[in-house]
Amino acid sequence: MGAFDIVKSNYIKELLAKGVREDGRKTFGFRSIKITPGAIPHAEGSAMVDLGGTRVLVGAKVQVEEPMPDTPKQGNLMVSAELLPLAHAEFESGPPSPESIELSRVVDRGIRAANCIDLESLFIEEGKVWAVFIDIYVLNYDGNLFDAATIAAMAALMNAKMPVYKGEDKADYEKRESPLKLKSAVVSTTFAKIENSILLDPNIHEENAADARVTIVTDGKSVRAMQKGLGGSFSTSEIESLVDVSLEKYNEVKSVLESSMK
Amino acid sequence: MASKADKPELIIGNKRLDGRGFNDLRPLKVEASVLKNADGSAYVEWGNNKILAAVFGPKEAMPKHVQDPVKAIIKCKYSMAPFSSMGEHGRSGPNRRAIEISKVTREAFENVVMLNDYPGSEIDIFIEVLQSDGGTRAAGITAAAVALASAGIHMKDLIYAVSVGKIGEELVIDMNMIEDNYSDSDMPMAISPRNGDVLLLQMDGIMSKSEVKKGMAMVLEAGKAISKIQKDALNKVYSRGENGNGV
Repeated sequence: MGAFDIVKSNYIKELLAKGVREDGRKTFGFRSIKITPGAIPHAEGSAMVDLGGTRVLVGAKVQVEEPMPDTPKQGNLMVSAELLPLAHAEFESGPPSPESIELSRVVDRGIRAANCIDLESLFIEEGKVWAVFIDIYVLNYDGNLFDAATIAAMAALMNAKMPVYKGEDKADYEKRESPLKLKSAVVSTTFAKIENSILLDPNIHEENAADARVTIVTDGKSVRAMQKGLGGSFSTSEIESLVDVSLEKYNEVKSVLESSMK
Repeated sequence: MASKADKPELIIGNKRLDGRGFNDLRPLKVEASVLKNADGSAYVEWGNNKILAAVFGPKEAMPKHVQDPVKAIIKCKYSMAPFSSMGEHGRSGPNRRAIEISKVTREAFENVVMLNDYPGSEIDIFIEVLQSDGGTRAAGITAAAVALASAGIHMKDLIYAVSVGKIGEELVIDMNMIEDNYSDSDMPMAISPRNGDVLLLQMDGIMSKSEVKKGMAMVLEAGKAISKIQKDALNKVYSRGENGNGV
């Protein structure tokens, strides 16, 4: 963090002490969510998501693979994330950073734990299944990549059309009609704790000022994944009340997802 | 989580496969200061887990550009030996899981290590899983806390970690590998026992709001026994009392 970030963090803290957020949002308000499904027609599924100033592009590709040894009747799912150097001055090229690995694994965990993809529908024949690759491309970083990436991944899956199996490990990508079978949708909510305040969907300045962060992923009824981050802490009662907020926020984001598909 | 088709019966008549009740920890043994070269170290046997933790530092942070003039930085590396699991030979080198665990472990310790006491320094934490049987990240944190204390590093608290899981409708503490493989949820947590603060929280699977609440309470309760074993291990090496060797 440079000098500007420290000054900005202090400003954010002073405002929060008065109960005000830098951009005037409510404590548990999301920034505007804009979803552009099908942004990359070559990919089987794709979506660009703008969560305030954060922009994430997700492409979902589907190809023929061998199943995992422990799940011979199920398709495979792989989630990766790239924090592209063009997304922020502090992102560098090179091998995946712990931050990008954590991002991809938390998105993976929510989608996998809630059985969002009907992996059994991806079975082709003995020893052959469809593999779904979800690639998260961060194009502009303005805070809260977890929620933006989960929304974009869900939108890309909802938008995905399956290729047709041609035999001999080959897929016909020209024929893509039937949708990818989904069983549920997850919504991710990320909270930042800054001194004594806890707020939803931190922007980049709020993230820089944050002591702790927690992401809670739900399917609207149950918690499906959680991940705490940064050096600060939460009390168990804070976690309990954030689970409530997360469950309450589910429908709000889900309806944005659904209306974007029309 | 493995496929449900070949799922064994994990709970029979309110007992788990290894005979434990839902709130019972596996046998836990902690030994402090087990390695000569490290500034601090600990060895933990927790069920069939065998884990070594070692701490080096505080020392000058390298390379120089990572130095923070006002506080120490923590580097943490969790890794599993290629021979540590039942079944196939593991791949050596850090995988994505190990990198994530290293990151969340580091963040848990950043909360309690008094970083401002060591400006410009780094503190290295190495966690080596020699044998794994479920719950290795929790066992690694529990070991590393003792290793940091035995290195004499200033800390606000001696933290511990343990996982709570869900098998069918039951919440169970400290799952072993077979339970972990077929469980419906897993929620590892690290706790600062002096105030009950949550320093590490991960979860996947399916849990209702009330199950999250009950699970967290089980982790806090189990911590009393874990903390005592950690402190006993340190006392054994460092106290001048009747159990200590008066180092």
